[in-house]
Amino acid sequence: MHRMRYTLAMRLYALIFWACFVASGQTPRSLFQAHCAGCHGPSGVGSRGPALNVPTLQRANDLASLMVLLRQGIPGTEMPALASQDVADGPLRGLAAYVLGLREDSRTGASTGPGRGAELIRVKGKCLGCHRVNGEGGGLGPDLSEIGRQRDPEWLRRALVEPEADIFDSFGGYRWTIQIPDNYLLVELTTADGNHISGSRLNEDAFSIQIRDQQGRIRSFLKAELAELNKRWGKSPMPSYKNILTAQELDDVVTYLVGLRGLR
Amino acid sequence: MTLHALLLAGVAAATWAQVSPERIRDADREPGNWFTYSRDYNGQRYSPLTAITPANAGRLQAAWVYQIQQPGKFSTSPLVIDGILYITEPGGDVTALDGRTGRPVWRFSRRPPPDLHACCGSANRGLAVLNELLFVGTLDSHLLAIDLHTGKLRWDSVVADYRAGHAITVAPLAFGDRVLVGIAGGEYGIRGFLDAYDAKTGKRLWRFWTVPAPGETGHDSWQGDSWQTGGAPTWITGSYDPTLNTVYWGTGNPGPDYDGDARKGDNLYSCSLIALDATTGKLRWHFQFTPHDVNDWDSAHVPILVNSKDRKLVVVANRNGFYYVLDRVTGEYLRGVPFGKQTWASGLDEKGRPIRLPDMEPNAGGRMVYPGFHGATNWFSPSYSPLTELVYVGVREEPAYFVKERNSYSPGQWFSGGNPRGVPKVEPTGSIRALEHSTGRVVWEFALKSPPWAGLMATAGGVVFGGSSEGVFYALDAATGKPLWHFGTGAPIFANPVSFLVGGRQHVAIAAGNALLVFALPE
Repeated sequence: MHRMRYTLAMRLYALIFWACFVASGQTPRSLFQAHCAGCHGPSGVGSRGPALNVPTLQRANDLASLMVLLRQGIPGTEMPALASQDVADGPLRGLAAYVLGLREDSRTGASTGPGRGAELIRVKGKCLGCHRVNGEGGGLGPDLSEIGRQRDPEWLRRALVEPEADIFDSFGGYRWTIQIPDNYLLVELTTADGNHISGSRLNEDAFSIQIRDQQGRIRSFLKAELAELNKRWGKSPMPSYKNILTAQELDDVVTYLVGLRGLR
Repeated sequence: MTLHALLLAGVAAATWAQVSPERIRDADREPGNWFTYSRDYNGQRYSPLTAITPANAGRLQAAWVYQIQQPGKFSTSPLVIDGILYITEPGGDVTALDGRTGRPVWRFSRRPPPDLHACCGSANRGLAVLNELLFVGTLDSHLLAIDLHTGKLRWDSVVADYRAGHAITVAPLAFGDRVLVGIAGGEYGIRGFLDAYDAKTGKRLWRFWTVPAPGETGHDSWQGDSWQTGGAPTWITGSYDPTLNTVYWGTGNPGPDYDGDARKGDNLYSCSLIALDATTGKLRWHFQFTPHDVNDWDSAHVPILVNSKDRKLVVVANRNGFYYVLDRVTGEYLRGVPFGKQTWASGLDEKGRPIRLPDMEPNAGGRMVYPGFHGATNWFSPSYSPLTELVYVGVREEPAYFVKERNSYSPGQWFSGGNPRGVPKVEPTGSIRALEHSTGRVVWEFALKSPPWAGLMATAGGVVFGGSSEGVFYALDAATGKPLWHFGTGAPIFANPVSFLVGGRQHVAIAAGNALLVFALPE
């Protein structure tokens, strides 16, 4: 019975996005390719963004909620808002229906148990010196508590062995509002009294910059008070784990990270 | 005081509160008021007030804050008349505020229908005033006249059918006996126009179609029936030269935005500056900045009217990345130079026509071009100071991948012909640039973190005010660009600043987020 309902719903969503295509001339597929595939993969299997071919979308699992989410983005994440200038309401409805249609009944996920990976990131990898997982660890790098919903295994493996291959960024994509941490851009600054401080950028405007320093403290500086400010584009303080972890250990860490899915 | 004397005083007050055409035309005689979208008809967004200077701007402090009641993009440019501020809220409500305290003194509310076609969310940029009426356009394409003293509706004229994609977000422009209003809808396949209405009755006096019909001059710049969905909207307030009796108004992109295949030709009068006889609405001349635009580079800019030693000029920093100097009597092109990053043209020819580089048009895979579809600047106002003779422009440096698609037209539906997208790993940025008005030479630059969405205002005190996308309202030295003061408003700024006098003190106002913020020096 549950399966039947799901199938009927899928047909309904197919009808909706077909109708929206007829009305607007923008196909939901083309909209998905233009606005979504870059992060969620061409078929929604996930990449730097979470997979969408899962049984349930965590943040919005019905048409109305997903339209709101698409229009507003997800504050605090890389998920941008789709302005009505870019996608009007009609095509947006078709896009939302298309995304909901990508869901699959089941997914062969990686193990969610803590396993050996949990120990590796704490002890041998020393990952929690910079990253935080469920309230434990430092804050210089991205919080990993939900990383399994945000990145796929291939992306995570590459990030471990080539940390600078795909630096976290969120500034491509015509945001109307710039309120959240832009990225984890590595910055080095020198204060007027000669102190050298480095950390990751949390926010910036024309007059000030906020960073998290190596000790994890949030610090704010007026640019007028700085002697020097260097932005290290493309650089990461994270070492490559290619020669630190064995192949099996890398597999274990990736398996552990994929299982980190936050509270929901 | 006798009853007779009281009545006489009342009559005097009522007469005094009239905003005659002469008061607006001679706006410089009343520097404490702000009578039109750009303060005066020259489009300079320049305040003659002198109290705030580079020496004391650092002491500016908040005077009051007004929180709006309607959601949307708060982009109003207030009018200020004898100590009262008149603002539009994003959905089109009009509120009158006491300039001393920010307390509302009346409010006009009107609920538009729910099925609107505003391309970019609810927004309204402001009002016009004439005699005892305020004029406001609505998202469902009505032009309303509201009683200046009470906020009651006096007349309501339907400008266009909103269900076909029309909307009004522009602040009207009023002079003489009439009020002019433009139209938005360039992403919905409308056919653009500029209208003039009788200020007393709301009766339409003339309409200039910005896309010529068969038989009209310029029609042959359109292929087949493409003119019928040709766009060229008029969604930013123009300027007016009373001496020449000429209106100057910018026009927007042709439709569909990114697919030029079905509209081969120059597509007049899209992406142009049109000069119209203010009495008849007849075209005097036009200048097209971007012939056959395929990048959504509306010329939706306030034209700045400025005089040189021997010529009357109109200058425009255009969304396409070039700064233009034209003779505003004849429309003759005098000079054009890039003022922002652009990768689509090798320059301008002797007539000012861009020399396009090959293989820069949108295609199915996406073609990367500077500027992106939001342009090297956008609708937000530039400013000109007659003291420094500099034009101040908010500059956006942000590329885009331009993707072309074939769309079929359906009234009221999105009709853009493509889906441009941002370029990964390129952090968009911006700046304020001061340009020598006669040459476009960059005299100074102030770096911003992100591309701006806020306009600028120069003052006779030697200060330029502006806002940033991170929500910082700031003051720069007009001569050098040196930062003097800044204030974090807490929300991105999509509006133009104004300045006015209340109680003899100079104030500065800016809309940010859901608030109108007003600043002044300490008493």
